[in-house]
Amino acid sequence: MKNVVLNNISKTYDNGMVQAVSDVSFHVNQGELFGLIGPDGAGKTSIFRILTTLLLPDGGSASVNGLDVVENYKTIRKNVGYMPGKFSLYQDLTVQENLNFFATIFNTSVKENYDLIKDIYVQLEPFKDRRAGKLSGGMKQKLALCCALIHRPTVLFLDEPTTGVDVVSRKEFWDMLKRLKQQGITILVSTPYMDEATLCERIALIQTGSIMSIDTPENIITQFPENLFAVRSDNMGNLLHDLKKAKIIKSCNAFGAYHHVTFRDVSPEVKEKLIRVLEEKKHTNIELKPVTPTIEDCFIYLMEK
Amino acid sequence: MRTLKFLLRKEFKQIFRNKALLPMLFVVPIMQLLILPLAADYEVKNINITIVDQDHSAYSQKLISKIMASGYFRLASYATGFNDAFDDVENDRSDLILEIPQGFERNLIRENEQQLYMAVNAINGVKANLGGTYLNRIIADYNADVRLEWVQMSKFNRLPTIEIVSSNWFNPTMNYRFYMVPGILALLVTMIGAYMCALNIVKEKEKGTIEQINVTPIKKYQFILGKLIPFWVIGIVVFTMGLFGIGWLVYGIAPIGSLLLLYAYLSVYLIAVLGLGLLISTYAETQQQAMSIAFFFMMIFILMSGLFTSIDGMPEWAYIMTKFSPITYFIEVMRMIVLKGSAFSDIKSHFLIMVGFAVSLNGWAIYNYKKTS
Repeated sequence: MKNVVLNNISKTYDNGMVQAVSDVSFHVNQGELFGLIGPDGAGKTSIFRILTTLLLPDGGSASVNGLDVVENYKTIRKNVGYMPGKFSLYQDLTVQENLNFFATIFNTSVKENYDLIKDIYVQLEPFKDRRAGKLSGGMKQKLALCCALIHRPTVLFLDEPTTGVDVVSRKEFWDMLKRLKQQGITILVSTPYMDEATLCERIALIQTGSIMSIDTPENIITQFPENLFAVRSDNMGNLLHDLKKAKIIKSCNAFGAYHHVTFRDVSPEVKEKLIRVLEEKKHTNIELKPVTPTIEDCFIYLMEK
Repeated sequence: MRTLKFLLRKEFKQIFRNKALLPMLFVVPIMQLLILPLAADYEVKNINITIVDQDHSAYSQKLISKIMASGYFRLASYATGFNDAFDDVENDRSDLILEIPQGFERNLIRENEQQLYMAVNAINGVKANLGGTYLNRIIADYNADVRLEWVQMSKFNRLPTIEIVSSNWFNPTMNYRFYMVPGILALLVTMIGAYMCALNIVKEKEKGTIEQINVTPIKKYQFILGKLIPFWVIGIVVFTMGLFGIGWLVYGIAPIGSLLLLYAYLSVYLIAVLGLGLLISTYAETQQQAMSIAFFFMMIFILMSGLFTSIDGMPEWAYIMTKFSPITYFIEVMRMIVLKGSAFSDIKSHFLIMVGFAVSLNGWAIYNYKKTS
């Protein structure tokens, strides 16, 4: 069953001057962990706000649990959990008060759905009388997740839940999402971090309001049409500069300790050719090896296409 | 109902936790009620006067001592000539110059007539106006005294004269505090209602918490009531403190009219004012914007409310504008009930107008408040 469906959704701001979302269509299956991957300003938040009935689309239609987001917004609000990108709980209320408050306005109680949030809440328990504004970033995210879950939603919308959170907390957060998925909750999550894409079951790569590709992370990687190589030398700054000037190089991007490159022709001797070119430019300790592409490589490839 | 109860509980918790808001709500109005009536004193005392006495006679001395004995004037200096006296005015040492000409006494006796010269520094309009009037009255009085001394009054006046004796109703001692305190109290309640309500809602917008609330099944009316009721209650508490704590205990102003009527009017008025706050909050995106808009309206409402200046004296267009300020009606009703003891039939039209304000302001605000953008 498709829990979330978008058909040709468009949204513009400032009287049509800014195209935030253009003609976006995708669907999320029940119990799926779906990732919306794209840089800042790609239109992720706009899509989330449309799906959570906070924003009216200019064109197209969307439904959540089979209910139209415009016509049946009241029913949708009862059944979805939304965690905005910005921490949006009451900072002057304590952890427990926030949780109780959100449980009450959904006509339920913390006790009733405690099993769902138990794993997350135990970590918050020692701070339950602390005001939400005084929590650390990771704790805030956990509390926000608890509050979004407290009414046992069927679909969970998480808008950049890991932005600004440390590496350990990020990893914990994704583990929590996996456990929630096992409970049958459909999760739609957005993130600007490409390395988190592989943690989703299916992803949509989005750039300037349009979807570039929708598939499982594995398929997106296998669909990468070129042979990708990683290059390094002692002087990485000059290396990038020289690689960009080399005629045999098709694309070149800095990627951690290496630069990722693709070649214009696929003959096996291009590797030696490149090493010769680089040696001429006085590079030392040149290392060149084939690598499997990551989502980031795919994203950059699709973006430049 | 359960949801509303929780919304209210949350709201009160937040208000009482806010260390900056609580003093704002309770201490500031009391301070203002204690201080503002003193500042809004219309009685002008300590008018500095420079006297140029070129006669130095018994009569001129009599006039001067009469002026000084009135208590309104303070002698800045005796000048030898008008130019000297004018220096005093220029250096802001004096507000008034009275010049008594040479031969004042002689001419007064001989010719039954004499002229005095009075110059008023009109930079401070109120002081100049009142100073001039006081001095005129004193001189007229003096004149009557002199006449009494010289002209043997016949038992019956040959010329019919009309003497006007006035008595001040509802405020017999002309105590300006009686007039100001209820007005200022009305103003404070307005400020609390409009400002606090607008800022509170806009704060939710600014912090993003409204986003989270909007994705819940909370209904529009629940959210709005959850915001209005706390400030309505606070408005009534502050009003009560001001009316009894300050008005009665400090200034001795006991409401003459029905308290029930006063509170009934206050209830409707607060709904109207909170509606204004709500309306502002639907247009403002940040607290700064809300503050600026609220300030703009408050300034106009305050200055055109008839608190400091009489509405009847305003030009026609301004008079019409005052009719669009809810504060005008409340200040009027406050003074009517507290000082005059007016009954419901007297303020019926005020009541209807205020209900109109409450309905239209809130209606507009609710229409404009959207959960989706």
